[in-house]
Amino acid sequence: MTTPLVEMKDISISFGGIKAVDHVSVDLKPGEVVGLLGHNGAGKSTLIKILSGAYAMDTGEIRINGEKATINNPRDARTYNIETIYQTLALADNLDAASNLFLGRELVNAMGFVDDDAMEAETRKIMARLNPNFKKFKDPVSALSGGQRQSVAIARAVYFNARILIMDEPTAALGPHETQMVSELIQQLKAEGIGIFLISHDIHDVMELCDRASVMKNGKLVGTVDVADVTDDDLLGMIILGKKPGES
Amino acid sequence: MDDQAKSMMDKLGLDARLLGMIGALVVIWLVFGFFTDWRFLSPRNFFNVSVQTASVAVMATGMVFVIVTRNIDLSVGSLLGFIGMTVAALQVQWLPSMLGLGHPMIWVIGVIAAILMGAVLGAMQGWVIGYLTVPAFIVTLGGFLIYRGAMWWVTKGQTQAPLDPVFRLLGGGAEGTLGETLSWVFGTIAALVAVGIMLMSRRRKATHGFTVKPVWAEGILMAMAAGLIIAFVWIMNSYPIPRGAMRRMTEARGIELTDGMVWNHGVAIPVVILLAVTIVMTIIATRTRFGRYVYATGGNPEAASLSGIDTRLLTVKVFALMGALTGIASIIASARLNAVDVGLGTLDELRVIAAAVIGGTALSGGAGTIYGAVIGALIMQSLQSGMASVGVDAPLQNIVVGFVLVFAVWVDIVYRRRAGV
Repeated sequence: MTTPLVEMKDISISFGGIKAVDHVSVDLKPGEVVGLLGHNGAGKSTLIKILSGAYAMDTGEIRINGEKATINNPRDARTYNIETIYQTLALADNLDAASNLFLGRELVNAMGFVDDDAMEAETRKIMARLNPNFKKFKDPVSALSGGQRQSVAIARAVYFNARILIMDEPTAALGPHETQMVSELIQQLKAEGIGIFLISHDIHDVMELCDRASVMKNGKLVGTVDVADVTDDDLLGMIILGKKPGES
Repeated sequence: MDDQAKSMMDKLGLDARLLGMIGALVVIWLVFGFFTDWRFLSPRNFFNVSVQTASVAVMATGMVFVIVTRNIDLSVGSLLGFIGMTVAALQVQWLPSMLGLGHPMIWVIGVIAAILMGAVLGAMQGWVIGYLTVPAFIVTLGGFLIYRGAMWWVTKGQTQAPLDPVFRLLGGGAEGTLGETLSWVFGTIAALVAVGIMLMSRRRKATHGFTVKPVWAEGILMAMAAGLIIAFVWIMNSYPIPRGAMRRMTEARGIELTDGMVWNHGVAIPVVILLAVTIVMTIIATRTRFGRYVYATGGNPEAASLSGIDTRLLTVKVFALMGALTGIASIIASARLNAVDVGLGTLDELRVIAAAVIGGTALSGGAGTIYGAVIGALIMQSLQSGMASVGVDAPLQNIVVGFVLVFAVWVDIVYRRRAGV
């Protein structure tokens, strides 16, 4: 059995007395896509923000490649090659695509000054791969369409050689064609051995793209199942009723 | 014809807002010129306006960062007064008794003390805003009252004068300039550097295979930049030093003053300081990580912190920088008046905020340029000086400036909506 890429063990966090995540354990293997399902407020985004360094957990342990990891802020997460595509995309709307792609990791020249031209050249390269129609390199990202903005957010995660990729509702704002592109990208990244946590509302997406699914309800883990072993209705039952298949 | 002109403007790549501000400035100058028999367009008036603009413009460059990060600083006028009074007391009372009157280190210590004091007090305000999360409006409103009160306590309200003779040069005046020859040297170097930077940027873009502007467009821009610098120096070098001041200066240098002898002012030292600050701040804004984080935080604070930017520490740095620039502005303002009374810097915070906002800094954060703020300060000062020279009463001046401020921001909002940014 391979060592899991990520193990989140017994994670808890509360905000003002409310247990947003309550003793939850999930794991992720290389080349695997694990879906995180649940209602709004089930705690899935909160759990994943602990992994990406946005929140600090109260109790629990994170292991990366079998070794205990300390993740106190987004910078720490990046050193473990954890990249996140947030539901909100987390783009600075007033900056152009290149500045967003390299935000917090700007390319600098020999004198330590930000090298916009080099960053734009790199952005053009990766965009040619991800979204060849992307042409608006000089405009602030507020001037881009939903799909173009999404491709900037994806490019940011992919460019820096992610080993662990977190995608929070990556297709929520996209049209059918762009959703298809994201699905293809997920297959491609999976083939490269990248582990992906996919947060989604859409059971159909999860059934199609994921290997396993972890379902959360009211901050607790309902259970983790192999997608091949369950039906849509089984997953729905877990989300709505909080029951594992087979339980009555 | 219109299309042709538009495509030409596109190729030049000049920003419409910049052109609008320069247009407004030229209109203001021409109107006041017309009503003053062109006295407003004399070298003497341009020299005075340039010196009077310097202090507010230096602070406005810092206010851009403050406002871009969705904060505000209401304390800069009071802080300018507090620093001015402390540094004046240092020169007039404390240092002469320690080092002896006229000691050559007095002005150096004064300058360092002013900048340091501003940076430390600014950092403290930034810490309360960033780490204790008290809104900037409240913290700096507190600072506004505290510094004005503290200023009084430094000398129990006593006016401090005269300042150290070398320190005084930093405020301009007949002696506080580069002089004719140095002004030409300065102008030539500045023009060459401007052209050099444009050439280097063009070559760098070409190596990445990006499309560059047509050669003629680049040529026109270079000629305009160099031409503006040289024209400015030429105007400053056309303002003769008055007879009385010349007698003083020739005596000091041991030269005999003859009847036909004419010396011209040249570029004032506060203007040189302003140019240096503008260049450094522009580099910080556009070419450093810190500057990039300032704009990213203003555009989307959550995205900035998810990208690993420490937005709390950033707030401390932004306010420390604002404070240091207030220190520099305080040096210029006190040196120009050669005295500090308890009113120094009163209402400056509003002039500074107005300059930044007229220059296109959006109070909603994320947008604003350094050059815009400097031109904004120049527009404000031109209006004020212009009205004074046509004999408009002080209360009416304030009314006009108030209307202009609101009008300018409305124009900016309409422009932004049309441009979709």
